[in-house]
Amino acid sequence: MGMTIAEKILAAHTDAREVKPGDIVKVNVDVALANDITAPLAIRAFQTGGQAKLADPDRVVFVLDHFTPNKDIASANQCKLVRDFAHQHELKNFFDGGEVGVEHALLPEKGLVLPGDLVIGADSHTCTYGALGAFATGVGSTDLAAAMMTSQAWMKVPESMKFIFKGELLPWVGGKDLILYLIGDIGVDGGLYRVLEIEGPAVSSLDLSNRLTMSNMAIEAGAKAGIIYADEKTEAYVKPRAKRPYTVFESAADARYVSVREYDCANIEPQVAFPHLPENARPISEVGEVRIDQVVIGSCTNGRIEDLRVSARVLKGQKVDKGVRCVVLPATPEVFLKADEEGLIRIFLEAGAIIGPPSCGPCLGGHLGILAKGEKALATTNRNFVGRMGDPGSEVYLSGPAVAAASAVTGRISSPSEVME
Amino acid sequence: MNIRGRVFRFGDDIDTDAIIPARYLNTSDPDELRKHCMEDADPAFSSKVSRGDIIVAGKNFGCGSSREHAPIAIKASGVSCVIASSFARIFFRNSFNMGLPIFESDEASAEVKEGDIVEVDASTGLITDVTTGKQYRSRPIPQFMQELIADGGLMEHILKRGGI
Repeated sequence: MGMTIAEKILAAHTDAREVKPGDIVKVNVDVALANDITAPLAIRAFQTGGQAKLADPDRVVFVLDHFTPNKDIASANQCKLVRDFAHQHELKNFFDGGEVGVEHALLPEKGLVLPGDLVIGADSHTCTYGALGAFATGVGSTDLAAAMMTSQAWMKVPESMKFIFKGELLPWVGGKDLILYLIGDIGVDGGLYRVLEIEGPAVSSLDLSNRLTMSNMAIEAGAKAGIIYADEKTEAYVKPRAKRPYTVFESAADARYVSVREYDCANIEPQVAFPHLPENARPISEVGEVRIDQVVIGSCTNGRIEDLRVSARVLKGQKVDKGVRCVVLPATPEVFLKADEEGLIRIFLEAGAIIGPPSCGPCLGGHLGILAKGEKALATTNRNFVGRMGDPGSEVYLSGPAVAAASAVTGRISSPSEVME
Repeated sequence: MNIRGRVFRFGDDIDTDAIIPARYLNTSDPDELRKHCMEDADPAFSSKVSRGDIIVAGKNFGCGSSREHAPIAIKASGVSCVIASSFARIFFRNSFNMGLPIFESDEASAEVKEGDIVEVDASTGLITDVTTGKQYRSRPIPQFMQELIADGGLMEHILKRGGI
């Protein structure tokens, strides 16, 4: 029996030649990531261990992206703790101040994660890097501390589920719509403890940005990882950025999957996930009348330049509805610069949008766009749980950047075709 | 180890934002986190819960973020264990790493009621609803994770054995 991509990557990071689902294995970790919320706990656990030095400082990445620019005194103290530790241990991959980008948009851009890597991150959306053909999964701070001490982690080898997207994408459909559709199909625990291996002609046709969006939300189906084979597009993205060698793994023809599902993209309209679970996905034609108070365009899910281009295409020459605050957060400084050079920032500002700094900001209810009781937001982010973006009595709807931009113009959840000729 | 306590019931897909909302994550102080435990699922939880009480929930408990603040908040509330029909995987891992006992049982999750007194034998995973007299077997825990518990958590395991 051949191995899946996930099994091959896990095996390549152990002493074993082969692994199979259910095995508990000790793996070598290529990258161990944390942010300003999870790193303080990891640092404290590391210090409790009493070890003077990190096993390999070059494998540790800290990004201060969640509650930054520091939103209050307590957040400032958390960031300072991480900063002091990073300086003491001479971390070269420490991102602070003007170098901060939303972590899962930043690491691929910087070439810090490569195909075939084994990545753990004290952030659930670490699964984003599956789109680069890596095995990447979220863990808690203590697992991260263990990796800081040993450059290793323990893993239960997960079973894999295969998803094949066929056919051509309908207008305004992107990676976000495909993944919301998938989660709508299998549910928020449909991939629990498993790997989603995503493929098919429609996925091959997507750029890396849209693939990263898909892998990003694998966790929203409960999955351990969401992996896409690293094809020539992936290599074209990765090669100029990589500072170390990498390996592309492909699933064996006789690899085992617990299930195989096929979707025809001819049936997949732009999607909107209703409160309060990402599985509540509906096609845009069945959304009905939903007035909104805020639109958020950004995050590790949809804050890359490709997302801003789509939003700007819809917003160009339009005005944001008077009843809506439209917050645009370019995910990294490089995205921000490109958006400026391409004239997108001007389009957003002229439309009446608010431009914020690269930050997770409102996605998890931190800052830069918090909702009052009873308010509704449409966001290109990844979670719509109760209280996610502010008051527990507020509501979050999820969509891709095209629907988000169109809805900012009309003041209610709308198809881009409503505002575009 | 025997666990005994009064049951608080929650439904399916209780996410980590419900267990400890991100708006309180500017600290990792257990006593601060305790005050907001389960706040977005039941705002009165922190004032009602007492030491030893047990959370019983449906499927996919702890879905969402990787925040270890979630098991920390539950533990700091005095909750002695969580029983659910399934747990989200990061929460599952974190609970073992943090020393919060958790048990998976579809039947207990379906039948145990709010306010019931429940006993759990942590070594065998046998769950007894003292109020109804019914007993439930929880799903076995992998050998490696039993070692983690015996060693007192992941950090203690590494220190004791010189590695993972």
